[in-house]
Amino acid sequence: MTALGSPARTLRGLLRELRHLSAATGRPYRDTAAYRYLMKAFRAHQVTSEKLCRAQHELHFQAATYLCLLRSVREHMALHQEFHGKGERSVEESAGLVGLQLPRQPGGKGCEP
Amino acid sequence: MWRSCLQLWDWGPRLLKWPLGGPICSVVPGPIPQLRARAYAPPKERKRFYQNVSITQGEGGFEINLDHRKLKTPQAKLFTVPSEALATAVAMEWDSQQDTIKFYTMHLTTLCNTSLDNPTQRNKDQLIQAAMKFLDTDTICYRVEEPETLVELQKNEWDPIIEWAEKRYGMEIGASTSIMGPSIPAKTYETLASHLASYNMWALQGIEFVVAQLKSLVLTLGLMDLRLTVEQAVLLSRLEEEYQVQKWGNIEWAHDYELQELQARAAAGTLFVHLCSESTTVKHKLLRE
Repeated sequence: MTALGSPARTLRGLLRELRHLSAATGRPYRDTAAYRYLMKAFRAHQVTSEKLCRAQHELHFQAATYLCLLRSVREHMALHQEFHGKGERSVEESAGLVGLQLPRQPGGKGCEP
Repeated sequence: MWRSCLQLWDWGPRLLKWPLGGPICSVVPGPIPQLRARAYAPPKERKRFYQNVSITQGEGGFEINLDHRKLKTPQAKLFTVPSEALATAVAMEWDSQQDTIKFYTMHLTTLCNTSLDNPTQRNKDQLIQAAMKFLDTDTICYRVEEPETLVELQKNEWDPIIEWAEKRYGMEIGASTSIMGPSIPAKTYETLASHLASYNMWALQGIEFVVAQLKSLVLTLGLMDLRLTVEQAVLLSRLEEEYQVQKWGNIEWAHDYELQELQARAAAGTLFVHLCSESTTVKHKLLRE
C-alpha cells in the first residue's frame, strides 16, 4: 500500500483545483456536481470505523489520482499556452528562447527601415 | 483526430457554418501577405457553445447533457458511462472549458469515447495481447551497464517494484542488461493474461492506455493494485530522463511539458480503470447504504 498523506490534505488540494476550474463558468465551485460528489464521498469515507479499511484506502487513492489528473492538466495547459499554443515562432522569438539575439547591422540586413 | 471527439445533434448545420476561410486559404501556396499566415498554425478550437453541463441517469448508465442536448460519441452513439463518479468527472471536464473546447485536455472523455465506440474494433483477447506485448520490452526490466550512478539508481528504484510484482502474482520476471531483454518464462504470460482477463472491457481499454503511456506493464499493475501513486509510477517510468535532467539541466518546454502530459494521461487512465472495474462500484454502493 502506498502512503498518500492525510485525506484532508488531498481534499484541500482537490478543492483548490475545483476553484481553478470554476473560473471558466464564473459560478462558485460549491455549485458544481463534482464538489457535491467529493464532499459526499469524503464524508462517507470519514465515518468508516475500520482502521485500515481496503475500501477506504481505495477511495483515498482515487481521490489522490483525481487530484493528480486535475493538477497535471492545469500545469500542462499552462505550459502548452506558453510554449506551444501560438503556432510556429518567428526567428526572433526562437532565438530569444535560448537567450540569443539576432544581429543588427546599421544599414545592413537586420536594420530597421 | 481529437477534433472529432464529440458529435451533437446539430453537428451538420454547424459544419456548414464553419468559416470558409480555412480550406480556401490552404489551397493558395505560400503565405498570405495581409494575414501573415504562418507555416504552422494551431488547429482551430470549437467555441464553448453550451452554458450548463448536467448529468442524468438513463437506462444504460449516466449521461451528460450540454444545455438541453445529449453528449454523443464521435460515432454518434449516446454517451453513457457506468459509474456516477466517472460521469461527474467527465461533466467537470466539459464544464471547465473556457471560451473554447480543448479536447487535448479531456482525457477521461476521450477514454470513454474509445470504450463506447471501440474504433479499432478489438475484442477482449486482442486488448489483453496489446497490453501484454509491453511486457517483453518493459521499461523497468531493461537496465544500463554504465554510468555506474544510473545503474545504482535503476537497481534501487526498480528492483523493489519487480520484487513486489513477482511476489504478488507468484511469477518470475527478472531484469536484464542485454538488448534482447529478460527471458520471461511462459508461465508468467499465462498468469498475467488470466489476471487481466478478470477486468471488464472498459477497464481493459484503460489499462492498455496506461501501459502504452508508461511503457511498462509492471508499473501499471502497481497502479491498479494501489502499490504506486501516479506520481511515483511516472517518475519510475521516466527514471533515466530524470537522471539526465539532474545532470544536464531541466528544459521547461520539453521536460516539464512531457512530465505534466504523461502524468495527466496516466492519472486519467488509472482513475478510469478504478472507476470502471466492478469491484469499485460494489464498494461505493456498500459505503453509501
